[in-house]
Amino acid sequence: MTATRILTFIPHAVGHSTLGLMRLVGRVTLFTFSALSHLLRPPFYFREFSHALLFIGYFSLPVVGLTALFTGAALALQIYSGGARFNAETVVPSIVAIGMVRELGPVIGGLMVAGRVAASIAAEIGTMKVTEQIDALVTLSTNPMKYLTVPRILAATIAMPILAGIGDILGIMGGYLVGITRLGFNSAAYLENTRDFLEAADVISGLWKAAAFGFIVALMGCYHGMNSGRGAQGVGRATTNAVVSASILILAANYVLTEVFFSA
Amino acid sequence: MTRAMIELEGVEKAFGANAVLRGVNLSVGRGESMVIIGGSGTGKSVLIKCILGLVKPDAGTIRVDGADATKGDRDAFLARFGMLFQGGALFDSMTVWQNVAFRLLRGAQKRPKDEAREIAIEKLRRVGLKSAVADLYPAELSGGMQKRVGLARAIAADPEIIFFDEPTTGLDPIMSGVINELIREIVGEMGATAMTITHDMSSVRAIADHVAMLHDGVIQWTGPVEEMDASGDPYLEQFIQGRAEGPIEAVR
Repeated sequence: MTATRILTFIPHAVGHSTLGLMRLVGRVTLFTFSALSHLLRPPFYFREFSHALLFIGYFSLPVVGLTALFTGAALALQIYSGGARFNAETVVPSIVAIGMVRELGPVIGGLMVAGRVAASIAAEIGTMKVTEQIDALVTLSTNPMKYLTVPRILAATIAMPILAGIGDILGIMGGYLVGITRLGFNSAAYLENTRDFLEAADVISGLWKAAAFGFIVALMGCYHGMNSGRGAQGVGRATTNAVVSASILILAANYVLTEVFFSA
Repeated sequence: MTRAMIELEGVEKAFGANAVLRGVNLSVGRGESMVIIGGSGTGKSVLIKCILGLVKPDAGTIRVDGADATKGDRDAFLARFGMLFQGGALFDSMTVWQNVAFRLLRGAQKRPKDEAREIAIEKLRRVGLKSAVADLYPAELSGGMQKRVGLARAIAADPEIIFFDEPTTGLDPIMSGVINELIREIVGEMGATAMTITHDMSSVRAIADHVAMLHDGVIQWTGPVEEMDASGDPYLEQFIQGRAEGPIEAVR
């Protein structure tokens, strides 16, 4: 009896969670297509867009800038101690630059923005849903997808590459400051080394990634907000889900995009 | 007799295994004030949301002014409605006047900002609020004032049909009286068709021309408000008198 129960429990649990996952993927895909189709059709709410751009882009600058600066500084120390094992300390400037621009700038920036922006979008839209403000929008002849989702997704997709670009610069600066103050690099040589090894393709691939991460962050914030459960608990769960799913999707998308750029 | 403004026929809606509406038939005449009563959780709000298309009914037809509500231009359809939500549902990122003038600041009924603001202040005055309130945010207002702002927003674009979802819930008896009176006056002077959901019997007597009682997913009783007290319907009587014993189970 117990043996059969255990035997049926496992496939049941696996099947149940697989179906749940499939349902979620389906819903998110439909939501994405809906958002994209609304993006292409008027009306376009410019005021909402500029508000979102200010909030997502400008106000994320300190967070993204500081994390990039410290990441670049730590990276320089690590590569120096790693490089010392085979007498290759001189690679510090180029590896810091490439590491920041291709990988850490967009990914760490994306994750920080996921924490800041996906959470606040989900909480805001979730609260609007719970307090019937979304229904009120509809009765006032305003499509919530156009009014709430499209401006945020567009703003995040545009703002994120700019943030990542600034993060790249500050990260390299972090490495540079550590390099010349702690590791005994010559200032001019460090900068020359950075410039010589960095290619335009490195920077551009990183910025494309950042745009994709911005899209993911706003999409997850809007999706979980729009599908928020009832009450304070529902909004809390929507916020958590938005941050967690945005972070996982960023890391997964990072791998996929790196493969694409790697084989290109 | 004039054609009915809102007609519901066999409207059904279930959420999972929970059948909320099980075939609602209801007709609301043009310029009439219909009040729907019923206990909490009997699907009154769902019924209104079905008419507005916020919730998609599983079966049945809904006609507004003779036309199928689920077909045709959605914006034009919604432009005929105003709705006062239970909690006000004011947009808390906007000031009071921007809330009231929301429909007038964008979309098909868009007009210059100054003009929209003027109309908003005029509507605020109509619901008894001073123009100083216009630049405050909804969070800075009391519950009664939020309801009034919600009312001003509902009537801002002069709709033909207005829905009121529990207009007096959470207000003190005096404020309830004020809101009831405002609804009665405004609906009267605008000549609008009104549909109100409530379980507050003082609202029913103040607002209604006709009353319909929703119970167990169907309209249990409907008729003119004057006939309500002598209906002989045990469900309606229990509800009006607020008795715990009767055909309606107190524990739901």
